[in-house]
Amino acid sequence: MNAFPSTVRLLAMQTRYQIVTFWRIPVAMFFTLGLPLIMLVLFNALFGSGTFSTSEGEISAQQFYTGGLAAFTAVSATFTNLANMVPLRRDEGVLKRWRGTPLPTWIYLGGFIVSAVIIAFVGVVLMLTLGAVVYDLEIEAAKMPAAIMTFLVGVGSFAALGMALAAVVKSASSASAAANAIILPMAFVSNIFIQVDDAPEWIVALGNFFPLKHFAEAFQNCFTPFVEPPAFEWASMGYVALWGVLGLVVALRRFTWEPSGSAPRGRRSRRAAVDATT
Amino acid sequence: MHAIDVRDLRKHYGDVVAVDGVSFHVAAGEVYALLGENGAGKSTAVEILEGHRVATSGSVSVLGVDPARADRDFRDRIGIVLQSSGVETEFTVREVIELYGGSYRSPRPLDEVVTLVGLEEKVDARIGSLSGGQRRRVDLALGIVGRPELLFLDEPTTGFDPSARRRSWDLIEALGQDGTTVLLTTHYLDEAEHLADRVGVLSAGHLIAEGTPEQLINEVSGTVVSFMLPDGVQAGDAAATFGHLLGVDIRVSGRLIEASIDQPTAAVHRITGWAVDAGVELESLSVSRVSLEDVYLSLTDHAHDGVDEPALGHADEVDR
Repeated sequence: MNAFPSTVRLLAMQTRYQIVTFWRIPVAMFFTLGLPLIMLVLFNALFGSGTFSTSEGEISAQQFYTGGLAAFTAVSATFTNLANMVPLRRDEGVLKRWRGTPLPTWIYLGGFIVSAVIIAFVGVVLMLTLGAVVYDLEIEAAKMPAAIMTFLVGVGSFAALGMALAAVVKSASSASAAANAIILPMAFVSNIFIQVDDAPEWIVALGNFFPLKHFAEAFQNCFTPFVEPPAFEWASMGYVALWGVLGLVVALRRFTWEPSGSAPRGRRSRRAAVDATT
Repeated sequence: MHAIDVRDLRKHYGDVVAVDGVSFHVAAGEVYALLGENGAGKSTAVEILEGHRVATSGSVSVLGVDPARADRDFRDRIGIVLQSSGVETEFTVREVIELYGGSYRSPRPLDEVVTLVGLEEKVDARIGSLSGGQRRRVDLALGIVGRPELLFLDEPTTGFDPSARRRSWDLIEALGQDGTTVLLTTHYLDEAEHLADRVGVLSAGHLIAEGTPEQLINEVSGTVVSFMLPDGVQAGDAAATFGHLLGVDIRVSGRLIEASIDQPTAAVHRITGWAVDAGVELESLSVSRVSLEDVYLSLTDHAHDGVDEPALGHADEVDR
């Protein structure tokens, strides 16, 4: 009897399949990669000449926007993308179909996550390249390890949070609405679109509570001239990772493979979660 | 060892009992049809056997494995065609067959799969552009791509046009002759009669009869007398009038009157005598051998009358 294809091969196949899917859904492409780029161009055209002052020094608006929107792209590609696509596949019954095949369920979900991380990486590189060429972004080799590390912690955590949202919402349409209703207001209080350090206290507090601001600042710092290398922001990364772990716990406990309405939740979903981990 | 062995299977959803103490087996290489109306518990039973749902109680063995603990090896040996489940519409037929096939130990080659299901012309068409019947054939293709020993088909031809049904029947027959065990659910009686070696009739969560299509037909009185309700008789009086004349309970559906009768000669004599005396014409009068449909209707009628015991003595032993 033939052996099963190797795990590496299967994961590569699933990742490729999810990337091709993304490539073939123009709406997903536009909102994940296109929109942040458009925002970068617009914000810089509108406000790019100024500077923002932070507690540690002055940063040019161009550098501020590039770093922040690069982080936002990474979040779109993971959190928003997964929270949209996974419930869509569940509604269609595609998840259930895969669950009836010998493909280990974690490899199916792994393909989703790895593809999201690759898309995030492409988006961030696009953004930083544009920033370096057009918007005076400084890319220092000595800060790159921190940038990569921050990126990985961020995409890992936001992918987990995307899976958690996918697990708790019932249908694809509500998932899409929920993802945007969460991420857009969060971006406004998290130093992505505007600098909020002078904003009312409650806005600052809100921004500090959610993980996006911590991720965006840690990532921005890797490209801020007055921050000395190596620029690791351990506290911020730790806080983002904490949210990621929380997301992972929710995702594992609540994940379902069946379209909503076809089977009662409860016992089954717990079993599904166990399956997802094995 | 049987391919499928089910003993006293029960599945409750809260207070709702979907499957209520069902027992049956399917021998290796057999084509077995679970027959029943919507809500009879067919899909629930099948999804338990597939490992998609967990039984409330009872014992289930599929290919020697408890499907509640289904692992990768088990899923490699079965093929599943669910009643409704989507497939990635952004992909072509070729891509999904290769993609899904890629997770099995020894997948069938693409050409073989598309020939078997009759999708040669559509290999490079996106799933999203296919008709409903063609998509159902994609479902079938993905069910057989892993060379399953056991294939689950949950209402495989619902919504098909007659020629597509015929083609699917040919495929299922060919698989059956190839030694693949097939568990089929359907509410089409002709489908069960045509394809199945044995049939189990499910009604309201109970297995109320089981046997080969011939056995089931023979268990019920052998002949059906039917005719259209004559003008002079009110529909409400039909049961009393004709039931009395024929000596059995009749079924009325629209204007059609039907009865299953053991000894039709005398009954036909009485009813034609009555018609001649009354001066009415019995339109579409026919006397024919029962079909599986008549068996099914008579069985489910009994079940619906609140008779909890199996309608056929035969099913009694099956249920134990």
